[in-house]
Amino acid sequence: MTATASLQRVSAPPPDLSTWERLKSNRDWLGFWFMLPTAAILILFLAYPLGKGVWMSLTDVKIGRAGQFIGLENYHELIVYDKTFRNSTLFTIAYTAVASAFKFAIGLYLALLLNNNMRFKSFVRSIILIPFIVPTVLSAIAFWWIFDSQFSIISWSLKKAGLLSENINFLGDPFMAQATVIFCNIWRGIPFVAITLLAGLQTVSPSLYEAATLDGATRWQIFRHITYPLLTPIIAVVMTFSVLFTFTDFQLIWAMTRGGPVNATHLMATYSYQKGILGGQLGEGAAIATAMVPFLLAAIMVSWFGLQQRKWQQGAKE
Amino acid sequence: MASVEIRDVRKAFGNVQIIKGVDIQIDDGEFVILVGPSGCGKSTLLRMIAGLENITAGDISIGGRVVNHVPPKERDIAMVFQNYALYPHMTVKDNMAFSLKLRNAPQAEIDERVNKAAAILGLGSLLERFPRQLSGGQRQRVAMGRAIVRDPQVFLFDEPLSNLDAKLRVQMRSEIKELHQRLKTTTIYVTHDQIEAMTMADKIVVMHDGIVEQIGAPLELYDNPANTFVAGFIGSPSMNFLKGKVQGGQFVANGGYSLALPALKASIEGKDITYGMRPEHIRLDPNGIEAKVIVVEPTGSETQVALHIGSGANEQEVIAVFRDRMTARPGEVIRISPAPGLPLVFDTASGQRIY
Repeated sequence: MTATASLQRVSAPPPDLSTWERLKSNRDWLGFWFMLPTAAILILFLAYPLGKGVWMSLTDVKIGRAGQFIGLENYHELIVYDKTFRNSTLFTIAYTAVASAFKFAIGLYLALLLNNNMRFKSFVRSIILIPFIVPTVLSAIAFWWIFDSQFSIISWSLKKAGLLSENINFLGDPFMAQATVIFCNIWRGIPFVAITLLAGLQTVSPSLYEAATLDGATRWQIFRHITYPLLTPIIAVVMTFSVLFTFTDFQLIWAMTRGGPVNATHLMATYSYQKGILGGQLGEGAAIATAMVPFLLAAIMVSWFGLQQRKWQQGAKE
Repeated sequence: MASVEIRDVRKAFGNVQIIKGVDIQIDDGEFVILVGPSGCGKSTLLRMIAGLENITAGDISIGGRVVNHVPPKERDIAMVFQNYALYPHMTVKDNMAFSLKLRNAPQAEIDERVNKAAAILGLGSLLERFPRQLSGGQRQRVAMGRAIVRDPQVFLFDEPLSNLDAKLRVQMRSEIKELHQRLKTTTIYVTHDQIEAMTMADKIVVMHDGIVEQIGAPLELYDNPANTFVAGFIGSPSMNFLKGKVQGGQFVANGGYSLALPALKASIEGKDITYGMRPEHIRLDPNGIEAKVIVVEPTGSETQVALHIGSGANEQEVIAVFRDRMTARPGEVIRISPAPGLPLVFDTASGQRIY
């Protein structure tokens, strides 16, 4: 009898658990519980502000006054009547395109250089990182002095060398100012590209280069047929990030030019701040900020689909 | 196809001498294996032949032309790497065609050569796959295909089988040997595995510590090793070395027992010698020396037995291999003697063979 009793105890169904108890112990739900804190932070600090921003862009809210829903009027206003908005959009695109192209070219060149065996390699690597480490505002203020209309060290040096009779108006002339801020952005952005691409280069097995050498490839052919294709996934990621950072840049412009002269160096981010916070037109400011989203999405899509094409990275299918 | 000549080649990295003067003559069409323990300089030597490492001193010539300063691509050699070094972003076909494309060969010729190599190696159905989609053995074949397509004067193999599992290794061993018999291209092959060397080579170069210990045909090295290093390196399990002296024309081991020596041309009476005895040349003999059984390892076809012979501080382990089934138990004492024939006798001080 005892044997039967104990057998029955073993085979008895587990005690009825409440739904809550089951959710607490279920492995499939465990991941959900662990995800909750992060999700809460993301919703509170990212999704909510983004949603609120989009909503505000559809109202005529001003500082000190609750807004009313006005549909797409803010956008209509900006696109049709606001020349500064159109110019800042065009400049943001140019700023991003030119700066990213240079950052990529110079960053890749530096990465290839640093991937060779050379003296003081780690020392040179840390030097290259410096622009990235210095807070943006600090380097922007340093650049502000370097490019100052009266005290610029560049103008001073060129004058001392007898190559120039007048100061260069770096930040006073619209075109010069645009070129100058792009230069500063490139300077600041190169380390990120160079160091990340260097990390990518170091994952390429040296024996591939040796095999290609024996196959008769020149240095250029090795780069063209081996290094570059193997680096494309990392290039796609790095350049996506670089484009996103550059497109949304604010600090550098605000510290150096505040969008001037005559609004020539306004990026969408700085113009949105100027209009929304300083000008008090919260609705219009939000509309400018929201207008950046399609561009950013487009940049992400390009790299996403670019990445998807690389079949050789995917594992065995058969 | 071409001969390869290596004359007094040296290699130093800074103050560290890796290769200390090596002379090897490789004839046209020969399959030569460089074998030795890791760090002996065999891979460095191969990379010097390929042109991937500079030559510190000496000459390497391929087909009668000194190539010391000839860039790798003009040496007309092809190399198979240990990790295969397949280009991961290219299909099998593109991997094999890469060198031809760089040479701007016409497409028809590329196709013909790739298909021919693929047929030889049985890669026909895999041409459109990427390296990631292949098994280890298939990748190994693609790496060889890439070498064959070039139709080079010399094939270089750098430990090509060490990443494969044991069974596949045996299979690829015979495939590579068969390939060589078919193509008859001069081949230089590096390995640390003496079984690979014994089974595949026309000629083995045993290297140790940057020098060549001995060059010879596989069985020549097995039967007539020049010194204790070669004797111990070639053959598996390794040769047993017994240390002792010559006394009254006999070998008297430090362990107390004595073994007969053949009549000597020159007297080595009183000399410290090392008596070499291959495990497979040990037999049971009621009049032999006493040996205590430690471990018995039957493999089916033969039985490996670890024995202790000698006494006291000079007790030493000896491995014996018996073709007959053994029923000995650990702890049991059996009697053994070396099989008749010439024992291998080495000078203990220099390690060189006396006879």
